[in-house]
Amino acid sequence: MTLSDPTPDGRFGDFGGRFVPETLVPACQELEEAFNEAWADPAFRAELDGLLVNYAGRPSPVTECPTLSNELGLRLLLKREDLNHTGSHKINNVLGQALLARRMGRNRLLAETGAGQHGVATATAAALLGMECRVYMGELDVRRQELNVFRMRLLGAEVLTAMSGSRTLKDAINEAMRDWVATVESSYYCLGSVMGPHPYPFMVRTFQEVIGTEARRQCQEILGGVPDVVCASVGGGSNAIGIFSGFADTDAELVGVEPAGGAAVGRGVPGVVHGSASYLMQDEFGQVLEAESISAGLDYPGVGPEHSHLSATGRARYESVTDEEVIEAFQMLSRTEGIIPALEPAHALAWVSREREALAGRTVLLNLSGRGDKDVGQMMEILS
Amino acid sequence: MTGLGPVETALRARLDGGGRCLVPYITGGLGEDWTATIQEVAAAGADVIEVGIPFSDPVMDGPTIQEANDRALGAGATPPGILGSLRGLDVGLPLVVMTYYNIAYRMGLERFAAALADSGVSGCILPDLPLEETGPWAEAADACGVETILLAAPTTPDERLPLICERSRGFVYGVGLLGVTGVRTELASSACTIAERLKAVTERPVLVGVGVGTPEQAVEVSGYGDGVVVGSAVVQRMLDGAGPDGVAALVAGFREALDVEH
Ligand SMILES: Cc1ncc(COP(=O)(O)O)c(C=O)c1O
Repeated sequence: MTLSDPTPDGRFGDFGGRFVPETLVPACQELEEAFNEAWADPAFRAELDGLLVNYAGRPSPVTECPTLSNELGLRLLLKREDLNHTGSHKINNVLGQALLARRMGRNRLLAETGAGQHGVATATAAALLGMECRVYMGELDVRRQELNVFRMRLLGAEVLTAMSGSRTLKDAINEAMRDWVATVESSYYCLGSVMGPHPYPFMVRTFQEVIGTEARRQCQEILGGVPDVVCASVGGGSNAIGIFSGFADTDAELVGVEPAGGAAVGRGVPGVVHGSASYLMQDEFGQVLEAESISAGLDYPGVGPEHSHLSATGRARYESVTDEEVIEAFQMLSRTEGIIPALEPAHALAWVSREREALAGRTVLLNLSGRGDKDVGQMMEILS
Repeated sequence: MTGLGPVETALRARLDGGGRCLVPYITGGLGEDWTATIQEVAAAGADVIEVGIPFSDPVMDGPTIQEANDRALGAGATPPGILGSLRGLDVGLPLVVMTYYNIAYRMGLERFAAALADSGVSGCILPDLPLEETGPWAEAADACGVETILLAAPTTPDERLPLICERSRGFVYGVGLLGVTGVRTELASSACTIAERLKAVTERPVLVGVGVGTPEQAVEVSGYGDGVVVGSAVVQRMLDGAGPDGVAALVAGFREALDVEH
């Protein structure tokens, strides 16, 4: 582990904390204790590792991209989280949390989802472990990611549509939190990214560190060292923190890529929403702004608190790309390497492509956090 | 007792007279006549009035107050605007502001506390700021003489209740049920339980809110605690366009029921 742990009150520098209604405080405290205890228990770790290997298909490979590398004038490696069961990195976190929920005696999983990948992963774990599952999804996302809505229902989950606000991830989280306030005694809130009240940012990071741990070893084998740059897309920031964790103690440059319309680090100022203090897109009075991105998974005005900290300390930097650049990158990877990426990691690729001159001759490890099947319908409309 | 703020003083006056406390909630900036509503409601038997500063993402609120927030924000309500309107208002009873922490955080805690005091607001409720996180805000509020009202919930363990009561000023807000604000057909048994549990550990007034929506429910829960906060029922009246008189009539109904029964 190379990223530092939060303070006992859940702070990463000035960010983080536990800003939730009193009703939820005891649940967060109980979760923190249960997680620490489970993580220290070899039997829990062994069961999780078993599922990650035999159910989710880990380790995920690191793939060289000869054609695209040549085209861009750099050496591009992809960490293939798209090859995981359910199609993204979200399963790493969900399997950990679902096992934890069971250990805590909870039989109902509650989740929010943007692109639907976290919702699908949660529905999958619920099916696997015989649990009930309810997923909140913004109305706009229900429409643009309808394939994932169908998958969740097929897996036995109940999908509820959030009709308030921007009708995207932010509003799905609001509804999930309201449900949690009402059902805290029976439900386990399975949060999908490194955000929310302590211990979620730390716990979700811990479950996603498997990405960075594997990638570090794989880079050692392939490169005989570490890459020059490690990059990933940032919504809440779980896939990014997962891969950063493997390289935080090296010289590798860490770059998080946000959508221009949801650039919490890039355009935000410190604020408090959804349980933690972090950079937040908001107006001068503290009203949260609506993000606007082609990618449902990144369409969020906030960001996990540890990313705010990594940005403030300068250990990582955060860049943004436009929807047009993302559409370009989505097609580029499909055509050159035969890999259709999800729109979220296409953001990271869009940045690499735009910065190709600055990156010339360097080695870039990109977290390919998910596959593009879910986005094909949306892209068909956009490209036709 | 000395050093009590205006909120606790007003509530104690009611209790000392043998009555039960009534704190109606009104969403600031909702409709043209919201300040007139405050004035009418004050005359209708409220002891303290809670004024909501709308926030874009109110996670403790159900559909009624969410809609009130949206409408007020849509009509251009801002924190300085609402506080500015309160400033000129002389209602003869203490006002407390209810909003979410980011509103205070964005303005700056010292500035927000000073703005409340400057507008004649006596207390503040921030439902997403629990005990462990309340330090910096409570300090700023104390310095300006603003009473910080903390919430206790049905899930709060026994050993935590006295800590919350100790840090709370004005009164202790018992959350009546597991859930968000909104009118329910029945009073949850948890409303009476939280009132009882709080009364057992504190001398401060104990008011129960969330899920107290009818005079009958207010009377029932006030048999265990010192009174009620009535939010969604009042705001629903405002949303329905009842106007200051209509809202005041509703509040008078609560006052009357509490006075008859207690
Ligand atoms: C494939 C993929 N990548 C990235 C994200 C963004 O989440 P995070 O920033 O937590 O990795 C999502 C979210 O839905 C996703 O589906």
